[in-house]
Amino acid sequence: MPKVTIDGHTIEVPEGTTILEAARKIGGDIVPPTMCYYSKLKTSGGYCRTCLVKVSKGSEKDPRPMPKPVASCRQTVMDGMEVQNITSPEILDARAGVVEFLLINHPLDCPVCDQAGECNLQDLSYEHGHEVSRLDFRKRTFPMIDIGDKIKLHMNRCIMCYRCVKVAEQLCPERVHGVLNRGWDSEISTYIEQAVDNEWSGNMIDVCPVGALTDKTFRFKSRVWFTKPVDAHRDCPTCSGKVVLWYQGEEVLRVTGRKDQWGEVDEFICNECRFDKKKTSDWVIEGPRHIDRHSVISQNHYEELKKTEAGFITSEKLGEKAHN
Amino acid sequence: MSRKLLLDNLDKPGIQSITGYSDNGGYEALRKALQMKPEEIVSEVQKSGLRGRGGAGFPTGMKWSFIAKPEGVPRYLVCNADESEPGTFKDRYLMEHKPHILIEGMIISSFALGANTSYIYIRGEMMYVFHILQKAIDEAYAAGYLGKNILGSGFNLDLHVHCGAGAYICGEETALIESLEGKRGNPRIKPPFPAVKGLWGCPTVVNNVETIAAVVPIIKITGEEYAKIGIGKSTGTKLISASGHINKPGVYEIELGVPVEEFIYSDAYCGGIKNGKQLKAVVAGGSSVPVLPAHLILKTAAGEPRLMTYESLADGGFATGTMLGSGGFIVMDEDTSVVKNLWTFAHFYNHESCGQCSPCREGTGWMYRILNKILNGKGEMKDIDLLWNIQGNIEGKTICPLGDAAAWPVASSIRHFRSEFEAYINNHGMKDVKHYYRLNNLQEA
Amino acid sequence: MSTNKNIQFSDDAMALVQKIINRYPEGKQKSALLPILHIAQAEFDGWLSPEVMDYVASLLKIQSIEVYEVATFYSMFNMKPVGKCLIEVCRTGPCWLMGAEDVVRYIEKKLGIKAGETTADGMFTLKTVECLASCGTAPMMQIGETYHENLTLEKVDDILNDHKNQGNRRTHWEKDKVKP
Repeated sequence: MPKVTIDGHTIEVPEGTTILEAARKIGGDIVPPTMCYYSKLKTSGGYCRTCLVKVSKGSEKDPRPMPKPVASCRQTVMDGMEVQNITSPEILDARAGVVEFLLINHPLDCPVCDQAGECNLQDLSYEHGHEVSRLDFRKRTFPMIDIGDKIKLHMNRCIMCYRCVKVAEQLCPERVHGVLNRGWDSEISTYIEQAVDNEWSGNMIDVCPVGALTDKTFRFKSRVWFTKPVDAHRDCPTCSGKVVLWYQGEEVLRVTGRKDQWGEVDEFICNECRFDKKKTSDWVIEGPRHIDRHSVISQNHYEELKKTEAGFITSEKLGEKAHN
Repeated sequence: MSRKLLLDNLDKPGIQSITGYSDNGGYEALRKALQMKPEEIVSEVQKSGLRGRGGAGFPTGMKWSFIAKPEGVPRYLVCNADESEPGTFKDRYLMEHKPHILIEGMIISSFALGANTSYIYIRGEMMYVFHILQKAIDEAYAAGYLGKNILGSGFNLDLHVHCGAGAYICGEETALIESLEGKRGNPRIKPPFPAVKGLWGCPTVVNNVETIAAVVPIIKITGEEYAKIGIGKSTGTKLISASGHINKPGVYEIELGVPVEEFIYSDAYCGGIKNGKQLKAVVAGGSSVPVLPAHLILKTAAGEPRLMTYESLADGGFATGTMLGSGGFIVMDEDTSVVKNLWTFAHFYNHESCGQCSPCREGTGWMYRILNKILNGKGEMKDIDLLWNIQGNIEGKTICPLGDAAAWPVASSIRHFRSEFEAYINNHGMKDVKHYYRLNNLQEA
Repeated sequence: MSTNKNIQFSDDAMALVQKIINRYPEGKQKSALLPILHIAQAEFDGWLSPEVMDYVASLLKIQSIEVYEVATFYSMFNMKPVGKCLIEVCRTGPCWLMGAEDVVRYIEKKLGIKAGETTADGMFTLKTVECLASCGTAPMMQIGETYHENLTLEKVDDILNDHKNQGNRRTHWEKDKVKP
């Protein structure tokens, strides 16, 4: 198995592993951020360029450095490869540049955006972006449209990650939306008014890294940080039925897939689970969902911090405690 | 006068047809090639030192040697005739006047690569050339040069022309393959390279029109003889498209190594600057390569005469040099506004970006808008540094080289003509650039 | 997918479409999309309506969105109706150096429209386009498949008058040029 070193951490990974996946195995702050890559969607990644890294040594066999930064989500590791991410000032600079490009046409309407609080672009610009905007032109704008009665497309916010297109290609029986026009004018659209409506279409909302595709059944009902996520499941004939219910008081405001620490759902869920099962009685409740304490959603969620034998701080879910 | 290997016999009547072409030595190289082993042809091309004529200058023989040969999987040769680089029109000229040299080159190259179906991808705007090529292909089929068991060799080849529909990006080889598959011209993320996974997932070689045509003389005179023409690693002849403020614009076949000064001023080539004016700047290899002011295009920073070779034009790196690129040689006289010329290029790249990756999609549009602002008299000094910074954030960060191609003209225009940007900004734009230059004695920026 | 009975290629066009599809391996008929859209544009009034694109999708057995995606990507496909004579003037660097701007302004004035617009009688649409690989014969413009090179304002006058007198539609793919 090839060995790769990323920012000084060496790891052995199976042949064909990408630099990004190797970095995720190492974990911590050396993991490059991603906006378009989604491990569960084939051929995703490579577009946003936020995960660029520097390959300072190609491999044991051919130690030459790669001439340009590479997209870590698409570049597979070679034995002996050495990669610089946060240890390379050029990469941090390049990333700040990419964040700026992603933001110049973004409306920055976070105060009225349903994605606020769980938006990858917010996190990305907070961690890697500039403090000031240098754009002094009118931003490109598109009308807001409904694609079907459950999903709102807010094209102004889109960063063209292609994930929703890949969901339609790989999960759905047919694809009615795609990328139209080109360059600066590219947009996600159905071209003629059409509903994206099939039993898997709701996953487009979960994979969208920004607030471009939002759940119409949840729109403006609450800020995400005022809702309480709870793991739940049901016996669903279509999907695994493993979801997160987002409560406000006793009311289930929305249902989503379960996202891991990289913001990717563990399993895609069907539209019936997502849109039609909004009663607690539809579900078997597993307990509160663990939310990273750095997330704004974690506020008002109480978890006990505990020192392990190895000396690491870990968290234990209050819910699990309560059951004991 | 340079030796002509591609544009020879252009004055012969009927050279566009198969009879005219055959009467003047056409298809002799094919007969010779079919007597050789495919590996021998690849080796001749390697010996010739031929480098890709589309712009990148990658050694053709080496590219051919990379093609994967898995059992039972077809291989494809695709000719890149999507000539769209501003300043470049040599492929159109060659295909229009001597279509059969391309057909002959395609047959020989397909034989060398083991391809039994090949395509010529021509840009859609050149529809009239599409018909010329189709006619040439029909003639070649009728003569037994295409189809089954070509000239009794046992080699089969079907050759088709495929037309694009208006997209510069399809000149990038993986975008071209996508387009040939009936998709948007979005470049693929490499690896895998086309030599392993190209058209319909099969091993594919994509070569420029001139590159494939050059295989014909290489087989005719041998790779060794071809390599004797030119200087160092710049072997053979090259078609140069000369345009702009010169007395004799057009396509010239030069032996690589002609001094730039001779190329601009000799009557054998451009014939000097139009209307007796002074030379201001040159874009030597198509819009993507760095623009150079007169003193740096004629001589290197070290004071050596600049030659028309890959190496000499690149001498000094991007600080003082440029690239041979596709050979699109655009000449600007003393009254030309480099800023406005750049503005047209910026509009071009903004228009032609496929939009797939963020630095290019957003960056090309942003640069164009800033240049627009400067031309409209609303520029600020900080905009020059901003432009510089944006181009730096695009260069090397994109999926394909279009990002670099958009960045380099901006960088070089600022590097060599910064005072002109400042003049635009200080004067709130310039309706009459000529007047401004005379007033300020700014001939040499 | 809508199927409009009125949209149907002529027999000649259909034979040509079939011939083009046969140029690609079996199952790869989507490759024929660009050439067929050119033919469709020539057959159906010089532009691609959603109905025409749906028809092409059905011929190639692909989803309509695949056609929309492709048609909107390439600059030669008109997504809105255009005049019978689409004038495409090159505006990029080398043509600009040689006076393309003057040509555009002149045509705008002559026809009373701005670039991107169509004359009221539906005869002319003026469009500025990017480099057409004719830099050595700049300035230049394309009408139909014809390159008009080394333009002068007088030449432009003659060309436009000719077209006005002929009055027939010109498209990049000229129907009578290729017989199946």
